Amino acid sequence: MGMRIGLASGLAIALGLAGCATSDAKPQSSANAAPPKQPGKTYNHDPYPSTYKPYAGVPTLVTNVTIFDGEGGKIDRGQILFADGKIVAIGASVQAPAGATVIDGAGKVVTPGIIDIHSHLGDYPSPGVQANSDGNEATGPVTADVWAEHSVWPQDPGFSRALANGGVTTLQVLPGSANLFGGRSVVLKNVYARTVQGMKFPGAPYGLKMACGENPKRVYGSKGRQPSTRMGNIAVDRATWARAAEYKRRWDKYEKDGGDPPSRDIAMDTLRGVLAGEILVQNHCYRADEMGIVLDMAKEFGYHVSAFHHGVEAYKIADLLKANDTCAAVWADWWGFKMESYDAISENLPILQNSGACAMIHSDDANGIQRLNQEVAKALAAGRRAGFTISDATAWTWLTYNPAKALGIADKTGSLKPGKMADVVLWNGNPFSVYARPEKVWIDGALLYDMNNPRLRPVSDFELGQPGSGDVK
Amino acid sequence: MIRWLIGTAALAPATLVLATPCAAQSVAITNAKLVVGDGSAPVDGATVVIQGGKVVAAGKGVAAPTGVEVIDAGGRYVTPGIVAGFTRMGIVEVDGVDETNDAAAGNSPFHAAIDVAPAINPKTSAIALNRAEGITRAVVAPATRGSIFAGQGAIIDLGADENSVTVPRAFQFLEYGETGAQVAGGSRPAAMVALRDALKAARAYAKAPGAYLDQGRDVLVNRADAAALEPVVNGRVPLLVHVERASDMRALIALKADYPALRLVFVGASEGWMVARELAAAKIPVLASALNDLPESFETLAATQSNVGRMKAAGVQVGLGIINDNDARQARYEKQYAGNLVALTKVPGATGLSWDAAFASITGGAAEAIGLGGELGTLKPGRRGDVVIWSGDPLELDSAAESVFIDGVKQPLGTRQAELLKRYRQPQEGALPKAYER
Repeated sequence: MGMRIGLASGLAIALGLAGCATSDAKPQSSANAAPPKQPGKTYNHDPYPSTYKPYAGVPTLVTNVTIFDGEGGKIDRGQILFADGKIVAIGASVQAPAGATVIDGAGKVVTPGIIDIHSHLGDYPSPGVQANSDGNEATGPVTADVWAEHSVWPQDPGFSRALANGGVTTLQVLPGSANLFGGRSVVLKNVYARTVQGMKFPGAPYGLKMACGENPKRVYGSKGRQPSTRMGNIAVDRATWARAAEYKRRWDKYEKDGGDPPSRDIAMDTLRGVLAGEILVQNHCYRADEMGIVLDMAKEFGYHVSAFHHGVEAYKIADLLKANDTCAAVWADWWGFKMESYDAISENLPILQNSGACAMIHSDDANGIQRLNQEVAKALAAGRRAGFTISDATAWTWLTYNPAKALGIADKTGSLKPGKMADVVLWNGNPFSVYARPEKVWIDGALLYDMNNPRLRPVSDFELGQPGSGDVK
Repeated sequence: MIRWLIGTAALAPATLVLATPCAAQSVAITNAKLVVGDGSAPVDGATVVIQGGKVVAAGKGVAAPTGVEVIDAGGRYVTPGIVAGFTRMGIVEVDGVDETNDAAAGNSPFHAAIDVAPAINPKTSAIALNRAEGITRAVVAPATRGSIFAGQGAIIDLGADENSVTVPRAFQFLEYGETGAQVAGGSRPAAMVALRDALKAARAYAKAPGAYLDQGRDVLVNRADAAALEPVVNGRVPLLVHVERASDMRALIALKADYPALRLVFVGASEGWMVARELAAAKIPVLASALNDLPESFETLAATQSNVGRMKAAGVQVGLGIINDNDARQARYEKQYAGNLVALTKVPGATGLSWDAAFASITGGAAEAIGLGGELGTLKPGRRGDVVIWSGDPLELDSAAESVFIDGVKQPLGTRQAELLKRYRQPQEGALPKAYER
């Protein structure tokens, strides 16, 4: 885990260096007559910056409530206070300022807001018409140059369902899996905005979407081009990483020593970012044997896989994932829709947990994202029936803290620790029961959904004035 | 999202293997929290008696006949097995593997005549998996490709024997709305004229089967398809229609003016709440998608999870189905769907179902919707002996089916997935490779 947090802080350093590369440059005096070296000017690593600003909230104290803190802790009949967008205190009893809004949480449960590490909201939005289908740039197996945020339609009605029915406060939107290198992902706050920049999670690292297996070889094999096999997948991957290493060498040298600037390659910028630890690899990969290959490929080229997504066979190599400090993001019980999903079992998450690997749920689906708590409940129940001892509070790490870690934002959200973002859900019952619903959802301390207040039910532009607009959904 | 692309499904060789069902047991389940499945409330301390594969009695004060095996349910839920109201179970092993997918046949000259019954494979993994989760019967529909008519669906049981088909040719399945428009040539009017033309052809066939081919070259419905539609037009077999948009449902309801014998059943019906009173008045049952709440297409703009609750409140007969990408494999989700409808009852402004109504929507209600309420779906005397004993509330996420009876036969609950679990509980290899652990 330390390694991933290390990567996240490495990002801050890398960005800092990038920003300062020219201003810090000072002429170097030298004893010999060699011309002084001028560092080269780097490119902008954040050209579409987040403009997200938290909405206003009020100091809020929830009392007499069951709390899952997101890191495996549970407090019965506890209290939580948040103010100014941050968690202030959590415990059996906390000091609240005068005038704080007090909510009696009797019979209810407070959790961190759910984080979905794998979503296509916005890039495969509703309505799913061809004109809106912007998730797969399926024109070549290596499209590391595309950025999911340039496809995200901030008016996707799905964001509101994920909020109101799912308690989702943060999500990673990824390019699709047609390509080996699908492009950059983007991490969003689940708050509607006019532009995607207005939803971007401030300070979240980018991800690189990669894909193993059936999809790339089918999509390109059917076009009579490489890859058409799994070995073709890896061959194209390796050739691409070799080019990326060369690109990184040239740019590192230029940024250090100056000279003629290397030519810019937008795709290679992203891969260089991965090799520098600045961008996190999010790798779609179903089969255990393929994950094993990818882990060695990462070592071969000097990068780290943050998480395997759709790892339906992750349970078969839970020990290997733990040893490589790579997380597995999985469904609870999706199964059998394609050959590489044939060996899915409901005990995937429990086996990963029992082996000490970093495990989490994910949706990949505009409906599934509305019920991730239920998906974890099913996996947890299957695990307990199989004899694994896993507490509810531990299982909640699959919904918030572990995805935050794999996204490099665990220092900001994903658990209810003082100082972190007040991304909070109040459930009207035990969220591992099918009968529970989000009652209130706060993002950065702002109340953005309230089951009891129809005015706090977001309606995207697309739905405005349509049949059913503003209805309970 | 689009995770895989389905190519053209292969046509399987159609061979009907008739097998002898296992002998039904006689059993009395006592001390049950009995759920009849008709929307009535659970009854504690009840007894269910199954003899000759049928329910002979169920309720409080029912005595176990002498000589039958007695199972003490220990106060646990005892219910009818789940009836999956719409699936493609038994005709698909892996959706994305064409050779194993018998749902649709785009290159066939036959459409309405297609009959899924001979293609049902009792060894499909999904049957074992869903049996272990308490699903005992399923409505199995073919899928359309090349015509609005998909063909004749079947009602199956999920028993571990060679004889899955409960009712072959139990209904005809039709696509209307966006999908129907697409396969009909590109528009809803084209789909409607195709439907009307086929119904007219079926009438002509019914009147004089031998003369059917003499009508001339403009007959677009071949003889086999017309023959398959004859019981539909005459009301002996229901016509299940996938339709989502409110105005499309109205257009189909209007068909009944010309074809009053048609027994329409709507499938999906995401905007059903907008025409709920018309559906109730026309006595059109619905096999609904429980939780659609997104405008995934322009025909589901008004989709809401309150749809089922609102239709039920208006008097529509509603069962739940799996009308999505999971239709072949995940009938078990119906329990979760039903539970979610109960959860809605605590959301202000939403309309859900009571627990009793929700459970009925995946048992007796689904059976009623397809006209088989007298045969299965409830634990009333005379119904099939499909009974499940659960570890807890069957709609709750942590409950499991502990014992499953189908036609009175106690079922094995093993699955491929359980074998994988056993092998990989500890992922590391032991003294021998994993391939030796079984």
